[in-house]
Amino acid sequence: MRRRDNLTAYLFLSPWLLGLFLITIGPMIASLYLAFTDYNLIQAPEWVGLENFTRMLSDERLHNSLRVTFTYVFVSVPLQLAIALLLAVVLDRGVRGMAFYRSVFYLPSLLGSSVAIAILWRQVFGTEGLLNQVLALVGVEGKGWISDPSTALGTLVVLNVWTFGSPMVIFLAGLRQIPTMYYEAAAVDGASALRRFFGITLPLLTPIIFFNLVLQIIHAFQSFTQAFVVSGGSGGPSDSTMFFTLYLYDRGFGNFDMGYASAMAWFLLVVIAIFTGVNFLVSKYWVFYEN
Amino acid sequence: MRIDLRPRTVLIHLALIATALVMLYPLIWMVVSSLRPGNEIFREPGLLVKDLRIENYKAGWNALTEPFTRYLLNSAVVVLGSILGNLVSCSMAAYAFARLEFAGKKMWFAIMLLSIMLPIHVVIVPQYILFSHAGWINTFLPLIVPKLLATDAFFVFLMVQFIRGIPRELDEAATIDGCGRAGIFLRVILPLMVPALATTTIFTFIWTWNDFFGQLIYLTDPHMYTVPVALRSFVDATSSSSWGSMFAMSVVSLVPVFLAFLLGQRFLVKGIATTGIK
Repeated sequence: MRRRDNLTAYLFLSPWLLGLFLITIGPMIASLYLAFTDYNLIQAPEWVGLENFTRMLSDERLHNSLRVTFTYVFVSVPLQLAIALLLAVVLDRGVRGMAFYRSVFYLPSLLGSSVAIAILWRQVFGTEGLLNQVLALVGVEGKGWISDPSTALGTLVVLNVWTFGSPMVIFLAGLRQIPTMYYEAAAVDGASALRRFFGITLPLLTPIIFFNLVLQIIHAFQSFTQAFVVSGGSGGPSDSTMFFTLYLYDRGFGNFDMGYASAMAWFLLVVIAIFTGVNFLVSKYWVFYEN
Repeated sequence: MRIDLRPRTVLIHLALIATALVMLYPLIWMVVSSLRPGNEIFREPGLLVKDLRIENYKAGWNALTEPFTRYLLNSAVVVLGSILGNLVSCSMAAYAFARLEFAGKKMWFAIMLLSIMLPIHVVIVPQYILFSHAGWINTFLPLIVPKLLATDAFFVFLMVQFIRGIPRELDEAATIDGCGRAGIFLRVILPLMVPALATTTIFTFIWTWNDFFGQLIYLTDPHMYTVPVALRSFVDATSSSSWGSMFAMSVVSLVPVFLAFLLGQRFLVKGIATTGIK
């Protein structure tokens, strides 16, 4: 048996442990407590039992923010992953200049979460923005994509899809792991390209698809910056881009309703945990592991 | 060199180039537009510039309460502090997880993995209360101190994966030469994990530079604004006439990320694709 070195190990771990307790676990417990209180930062928290949660049940704006968030997550994540997968498969076939294309497609994922890109989006999809200028060239009259409640969320979906580069790079790495002998055997048997894709590539890639799906869903649920900046901090027009996180910020840091914001935060955590859990359960039926 | 001109290959390249163009066009257009006089942003979808004007940059640089230099410096302080914090604290924790045997190791490791998934919203309210009691609002401490305490557990995981790939024989050889645990960490592991440290540096740089939520909450004094917070105050403060200067400053804010991308591509791609394993 290897010798134990408890003391040394805990010394090495001490910054992390300190952070874990002071900055993560401590605040988690505190926020769980605050979720059952009324607290405005100035007066001491007042215990109100389940009131914050019953308030959530009848809070129309909160229900709307959930609808907006779910729509965003369940439209943008599948679209983003589908495009990432498509381009990864195309690039994996030994296209000349693969590294160059990979870099070009990856760049937006690094910039996508910045305020600068959100500002760009505001312009591009604005009434006199780039998109409408281009549409005008082909004789189509555009509209204010961001000022119209029916399309504002769509512009944010486009923004998330635009950042397909990072799941694409993960797909590319996964594709590299598939042994070429499978394809060689399939080619000998005369399988078509489409058949090889659905018979070999897709099943063997399911663990990676699953990994990306879990990661991107968790990520999308927590989106904030883009909706905040594109809507000018309001979640508008008519709350059409009011993500759950924006509403939480509005309650907590706009109105200093810290108790309610904490209750909302725990609700979000439970929602994300449930979706991740369901994802893992369902994965048994479609994710294929070799051996 | 033979050039492959089969119709299929040509088609694939055309499709890829078209996709790349559509994706990057708005970015390139933003750079070009920032070099045009004010209102042309709303009239000129093309990329040709008749005369290069840097007046948007001059106007944007001084459009807010402080010159933009101040925001760049503030961001630089936060970014450098975060990088230093992540490098030191995450590598220490990673070494313990990857190489040392200790009571409760499995449990701590599981907690570390779980903490990667934790949405920041669950802790942000009490953290804000904690830091405001400490008098840290409108300082950079709430943004830097957590990194010194390895709260970016993602990097701990990345480094653990990397250290596991370093042969243990090297540790044993160093032990025979009289190295203690700290010596092995400093003289054997750290020098060998430079690629993982580079990945951490670049990701921390880009993520912190872009980070908005934390900086928005903790920095409310215009003197302390970082680049993202300053940019977003631009959106509130300006009318449509100053879109040119807003674009100019947006471009300025993207340049460091773009440079990090160019210099660090190798580490970025490796970092996300294989979590540091060669």
